Amino acid sequence: MSESFHDIREAVRKLCAGFPGEYWRNLDRERSYPTDFVDALTNSGFLSALIPTEFGGSGLGVQEAGAILEEIHASGCNGGACHAQMYTMGTILRHGNNQQKETYLPKIASGELRLQAFGVTEPTSGTDTSRIRTTATRRADGYIINGQKVWTSRIEYSDLLLLLARTKPRESGKKPHDGISVFLVDIRDLQNQGLEIKPLRAMINHSACEVFFENMLVPTSGLIGKEGEGFRYILDGMNAERILLAHEAIGDARWFIDKAVGYAKDRVVFDRPIGKNQGVQFPIAENYAEMCAAQLMVQKAARLFDNQESCGKEANIAKYLASEASWRAGDTCMQTFGGFGFAEEYDIERKFRETRLFRTAPISSNLILSYIAEHVLGLPRSF
Amino acid sequence: MKILVAVKRVVDYNVKVRVNLEGTAVETNNVKMSMNPFDEIAVEEGVRLKESGKCDELVAVSIGTSSSQETIRTALAMGADRGILVETDDPIEPLGVAKLLKVICSREKPDIVIVGKQAIDDDANQTGQMLAALLDWPQGTFASRINIENTKAQVTREVDVGLETIEINLPAVISTDLRLNEPRYASLPNIMKAKKKPIDIIPITELNIDIAPRVKVIKVSEPPKREAGVIVENVKELLEKLRNEAKVIS
Repeated sequence: MSESFHDIREAVRKLCAGFPGEYWRNLDRERSYPTDFVDALTNSGFLSALIPTEFGGSGLGVQEAGAILEEIHASGCNGGACHAQMYTMGTILRHGNNQQKETYLPKIASGELRLQAFGVTEPTSGTDTSRIRTTATRRADGYIINGQKVWTSRIEYSDLLLLLARTKPRESGKKPHDGISVFLVDIRDLQNQGLEIKPLRAMINHSACEVFFENMLVPTSGLIGKEGEGFRYILDGMNAERILLAHEAIGDARWFIDKAVGYAKDRVVFDRPIGKNQGVQFPIAENYAEMCAAQLMVQKAARLFDNQESCGKEANIAKYLASEASWRAGDTCMQTFGGFGFAEEYDIERKFRETRLFRTAPISSNLILSYIAEHVLGLPRSF
Repeated sequence: MKILVAVKRVVDYNVKVRVNLEGTAVETNNVKMSMNPFDEIAVEEGVRLKESGKCDELVAVSIGTSSSQETIRTALAMGADRGILVETDDPIEPLGVAKLLKVICSREKPDIVIVGKQAIDDDANQTGQMLAALLDWPQGTFASRINIENTKAQVTREVDVGLETIEINLPAVISTDLRLNEPRYASLPNIMKAKKKPIDIIPITELNIDIAPRVKVIKVSEPPKREAGVIVENVKELLEKLRNEAKVIS
């Protein structure tokens, strides 16, 4: 039995053992935030894994961070409430100036400041980020933000917001993505000062929100890097996000397979365990094989990323395969549990709803397929 | 003050154990192994004494295969300062372990040795007591509370009639019971630090101790399978079955 980063995984498993299904069921029912769980992860340093040691983190790579998230999900917990704390800071780390790094990274590492919200998507622009309409207008004392974001997760529980806004119109630049800037906004004092947050009731407890900006002032010191170059800055963080979330999907797949196997062995119908039937065992075996294959791709993408090699293809394929594997394993698990799969107390239905997200966010399966078709295989652009 | 804790690598407490094909032992191939839970409590107590400033150095010792280094690393990630592995591929009985620990004690000169009251694999509950006897040190067994003051330790013990608190002189051997503390899980920074802490590996042959087994295991077998229960109609039938079938009342 050899697993990568065994010591880290073991510690995460022990932490997660303190947050059983009942904990998550209650939160899901109330649509509330897992504050205790996030505090435990923060205090144990798991959320600052990717922050360099000089800023108070552990200076590890996405392989280790991925192992942490995979284990959270394989334990039946959910990293969705806090995984952004791990990687959103990457934009500041890579493109922020020294003052921004020294001001924010140590506090993000210690958990004193939560950076969990990333404002990109708008009602009228989905994956086509070049069409965002939120504007940032330069003034003597900073930028005035106007516009709207949607699906901005965890912003109610975040102190800082990484925000994408147009400093120049789409038509004025050479490329559609020129003129987008990225800002780090301290939102603690901005409610009623041009910032309005409206929670969105959704299929899963992911603290998703709509956000409205009306003449919200962001000081000049909040601009990350150069004005107008923001889209490029967030691009390299996207591969990390995809690889990390792929680990979460693998963790979900492991959880579903584990649950299905356990139930198929124990549940006796017609005087025999249902797992004796090939109609029950084959789908589980198939899902296991798919999960193992996806896991290899996820590990490869993570390794390339950590070695600073190009990994766009691998990160996308990893996220695609892992999300499909977890979804199929979830469906098999539901089917194996029969009617009990629908009962809240088994946690299957909750995990089933939760894992469905990976096929849609942070990028949908279709867009990955069109990326592979166009950029890897050289087929004509489809949109 | 220096404290030595002994940690044993055992089959994880969550694993449903099986007897091996030969019927000579519990199967440990491809089975999840972890630190003996009572030893985890011992490490935790040592770390707490360190944090309270009463202990200057905490050393974790294990006796076993090379894989036991992983168990020592767990102790180091919890907060122990360094490790010692007495490496052997053979199973060692409690007397052998106690003799080996005695040698380590003569080298390390700890003020307190904290051990789990028993390991969950063989449930022997002997090592701590044998070590105290061999060292001719006082012992406080089944501790549910430990209070160290200068050269003495007050140990609250869980005994049949309730709680008994004794005072012993240091150096001493203390064995831990379940309720002494709740062990922590390691934090990520401490896991990373633990990778750099030293583990001294001593081949068992170097210590020249007679560890030959005194007990021969003849057979290991699984407990009989529990048979399905029956539903009785009334109390009369229950009493009748208890008397005539189960023969537990007369």
